[in-house]
Amino acid sequence: MDRVPILKIGDILLVSIQVDLQDHIALALQEDLGDKIVATSARGVLIDISALEIVDSFIGRMLSTIASISRVLDAETVVVGMRPAVAITLVELGLSLGGVRTALDVDRGMAMLAASTEVRDDELEPDEHGASDTVSAPGD
Amino acid sequence: MPTPVVVESGEIHEIHTDADVVRVRQAARTLALSAKLSLVDQTKLVTAASELARNTLVYGGGGRATVEVVRLGPRRGVRAVFVDEGPGIPDLDLALTDGWTSGSGMGLGLSGARRLVDEFEVSTDVGTGTTVSVVKWTR
Repeated sequence: MDRVPILKIGDILLVSIQVDLQDHIALALQEDLGDKIVATSARGVLIDISALEIVDSFIGRMLSTIASISRVLDAETVVVGMRPAVAITLVELGLSLGGVRTALDVDRGMAMLAASTEVRDDELEPDEHGASDTVSAPGD
Repeated sequence: MPTPVVVESGEIHEIHTDADVVRVRQAARTLALSAKLSLVDQTKLVTAASELARNTLVYGGGGRATVEVVRLGPRRGVRAVFVDEGPGIPDLDLALTDGWTSGSGMGLGLSGARRLVDEFEVSTDVGTGTTVSVVKWTR
């Protein structure tokens, strides 16, 4: 497989990384996500790494870069499903995943994105609501 | 200084592409499982192997990795040795500093990998190449 699939659910993009990531596939994912955020006007990006057996400095940097790219494109990123052994290793390796928000699982990540999207919508003019009303937060 | 250990099994992998880095990762995981490292120790070893294999590819211009199950008395472990014939590391102390990088990386590869393993040795000669050897032991 040469690409990691990106699914659109409401105004959230869902990426579930199910392969042992080669570096060039990680780089392609960064670019694909940037394109897709703009093409779909997505407000959130959810990255599920529960299948990843390791996160090394390259993959860690990819996650930070994706979070930065989406922030610039007015979307929030949440990384979910990190295995405990991966978290322990990541910290010891010296990676802090600066700027990356995390949640334990997809449900909580979706709730986190829904909450922050709502807050931002409330700050907009009333007549600028719209498409986002069709997306309901998952009950929690 | 080489450790007086018994080699139980091993594999050699050439490292010339991204896909080879993934293969070294997978070999490290398989051998870590058969050496019965704990899950956290497996993860640390595989992560270190991934960093060092990428260094071999990116900075060493390619090379090879030998991954072995080793035994020292009652303890088993996994040893991974990465060899390249690249430019070598002119200032090893600097290269082992967190955050220092000669390339576009984060500067955590060598220093980070060292923290993840029990034994870590580097020998390098400018113009000749670099060999990095790591071992993770069962507890």
